[in-house]
Amino acid sequence: MAVKVSLRASRLACERDDRWLFRALDLRVEDGDILRIEGANGSGKTTLLKLLTGQLPPTEGRIEWHGEPLARSREAFLSQLLYVGHAPGVSAALTAQENLAWAAAMAGVRAPVPDLERALEAVGLAGFEDIPARQLSAGQRRRIALARLELVPRPLWILDEPFTAIDREGVAWLERRLVAHGDAGGAVVMTTHHTFHANGRVDSLLLGEAA
Amino acid sequence: MSANSGGSTTGRGEEIGLWAGCVAQVRRELKIARRRGGDLVNPLMFLALVVVLFPLGISPEPDLLASVAPGLLWVAALLAMLLSLDGLFRGDHEDGSLEQMLLSPLPLPVLCLAKVVVHWLLTGLPLALCAPLLGVLLALPGAGYLALMLSLALGTATLSLIGAIGAALTVGLPRGGVLLSLLVLPLYIPVLIFGAGAVKAAIEGGMAGPALALLGALLALALAAAPFAIAGGLRISVNG
Repeated sequence: MAVKVSLRASRLACERDDRWLFRALDLRVEDGDILRIEGANGSGKTTLLKLLTGQLPPTEGRIEWHGEPLARSREAFLSQLLYVGHAPGVSAALTAQENLAWAAAMAGVRAPVPDLERALEAVGLAGFEDIPARQLSAGQRRRIALARLELVPRPLWILDEPFTAIDREGVAWLERRLVAHGDAGGAVVMTTHHTFHANGRVDSLLLGEAA
Repeated sequence: MSANSGGSTTGRGEEIGLWAGCVAQVRRELKIARRRGGDLVNPLMFLALVVVLFPLGISPEPDLLASVAPGLLWVAALLAMLLSLDGLFRGDHEDGSLEQMLLSPLPLPVLCLAKVVVHWLLTGLPLALCAPLLGVLLALPGAGYLALMLSLALGTATLSLIGAIGAALTVGLPRGGVLLSLLVLPLYIPVLIFGAGAVKAAIEGGMAGPALALLGALLALALAAAPFAIAGGLRISVNG
């Protein structure tokens, strides 16, 4: 089977407000990898994810997707990417199901109602489909965002603090889900302080010290 | 809670086209607007208040009012549009939806255009439809009504498109409202001149056609260029 994920960053450096967040960072993500980015608050974890998703240009270094510079292969890259950011991308005025339907459309994926319901059920939101996100808790909103993992089939997941605000049961589910994704040949890059149960499966990258 | 759905990399999730993406975007905007309710009425209220208060402040003399009516209605409509623009991308920026749009494989300018179309449908079009009622309050001569509606319908669409560029550029700023006004007002002036000019020409028995044609040309230009400017503005301000 062809390699689906090949994201490589070399000699990456990022400067923010006259301060180097990181320099000479090398990183490689391929099929089956689960990469955890750790580091103190303000060490540039979210910034690194923004660089890797092409939202920010790096100060130095290059990022390649299948050997091509990210800027040039942007469209191909985005059609393989599922990104859940720091803000979950859930509109408070819309119901759980409407939010998810829109997210699927933005990802360019057809999402019939049964699929939406199945995805919401998988994240423990069965019965909450028609409740506006405004009335849901922070954890439940985060779960709406995570329901995309079930709905939108993409090999590369880039997740910013996915474990924030969800309860213990949800953490266990998400952990299993991430490992299952890796085992199925997908790749995950995430920022988190969470220690995995199956920690041997996860590679770690510590920001803030090597700089 | 199943960890083994395994479909993450299989054939599930049929791709959809650009059109379906736009439809989803439009439906989302309409739903959000419907649930916010109040924001919809604000521009209309503003226009109505200006028009109702103006004769009280100046003079209820029909001749005087009729002579200022085209300009007054147009200025009030333009400011009403400006007021409604600040929030165009703000909510999406705060809840992270904008990030999802930026990372969508669908072309961003088209998604932005869908958003602007909804903005015009919910602010510009109601203004154009209600303006004749307010024209009556200002004793606007009968010959001006059609030109008023047409010029507002065409002009507010241009205002939505241009204003969205400003809204995109200022979305990352904590109080972008003032800057937004400063950015877009100079670009609004041609629309105002030709818009009010069309109504005035119709009242004075001349032809509104040329001014309306120019408004149409401005709209065509804005339609072609603004979506790209909006998308570029969003990329700049989200990553600032």
